[in-house]
Amino acid sequence: MNNFIKGLWKEHPVLRQLLGMCPTLAVTTTALNGLSMGCAVIFVLFFSSLVVSLIKRIVPHQVRIAVYTVIIATFVTIVDIFFKAQFPKISEQLGPYVPLIIVNCIILGRCEAFASRYSVKDSLFDALGMGIGFTWGLFILGTVREVLGSRTFLGIEILPSSFNPLVVMVLPSGAFLVLGFMIAAMNKIEERSK
Amino acid sequence: MKDLLLIFISTVLINNFVLSYFLGICPFLGVSAKYESAFGMGMAVVFVMTLATAISWIIYHLVLAKLGLFFLEYVVFILVIASLVQIVEMFIRKFSPALYQSLGIYLPLITTNCSILGAALFMVTRNYKFLEAVVFGFSGGIGFSLVLMIMAGIREELKYADVPRVFKGAPITLITASLLALIFMGFSGLISS
Repeated sequence: MNNFIKGLWKEHPVLRQLLGMCPTLAVTTTALNGLSMGCAVIFVLFFSSLVVSLIKRIVPHQVRIAVYTVIIATFVTIVDIFFKAQFPKISEQLGPYVPLIIVNCIILGRCEAFASRYSVKDSLFDALGMGIGFTWGLFILGTVREVLGSRTFLGIEILPSSFNPLVVMVLPSGAFLVLGFMIAAMNKIEERSK
Repeated sequence: MKDLLLIFISTVLINNFVLSYFLGICPFLGVSAKYESAFGMGMAVVFVMTLATAISWIIYHLVLAKLGLFFLEYVVFILVIASLVQIVEMFIRKFSPALYQSLGIYLPLITTNCSILGAALFMVTRNYKFLEAVVFGFSGGIGFSLVLMIMAGIREELKYADVPRVFKGAPITLITASLLALIFMGFSGLISS
């Protein structure tokens, strides 16, 4: 159980370990994009961890990274084709950032640091925890940027039109800014709880 | 020639890999604390990215496209990058120990640098010709190094600044990056489309 919970807060992949920053910053112009990217990562992380922890005994040590990468790339291809067929709109918005999940350090990091050492069950819990942690991080970041940058939340207008949208929020600059403040807020909460 | 120059300027300054596509953020945050290591990492990326786009272009257009194996694109690209990094590392170690001393430790990190795979993917979606793809890879690397070195310069000075405690480390780095991204947006007027 602890394997599951640690990814949600204490070892949060984005806010604590600073892993997987590229998709975190790039796709979170809206909350929905953040959520879809999170789901894609959960899927890839779950199945890659499963396969890696199943074959951990038969993979020679020297070529393990290459093997993991190929496994990850295979699942990413599946997600990419699935998105293209089922949700063409989202697939278009996420663009090259779906294939870039391959080099997302969260996945390779969890495969190398966890799935290749622990049992299948532990690895799956770890993968789910990290995946869900990643997803809520992206969802919050996407929400802040969408609400402030285009006055909407999940596509529905929630702020009055008298509010002037802060365009900078949907631009790259806003992504860095909001994430910086999120990590600072996390530090503050952590500090207070001590 | 004009096209190539346009690709160079727009990739280095306007659509910078780090500041507008968010590619290669991990090394950008990780290796930018010291100017010297930023320079080493930057040069290693220029080198590998140029080679990787060139080889990926050849494989994509002469093998995958001919055989219609488009679904293998990602697997093949990542294999090309990983083996290229390995070969370059062995090659440098053998023939230039001095260069290996300065670039060596950054090379393994490059496999998971998403800007390399990103460059290969963009080159396909934008339908670049061979020469354009090579220039694109090269200028992507230059743009990455430029921003990495600017950032390292700022962070070396930042050590002496009085930053609020909760903002120390990653948060202030990200906010600095945010301001850099704003500054680079100023370049978007350079090319009128």
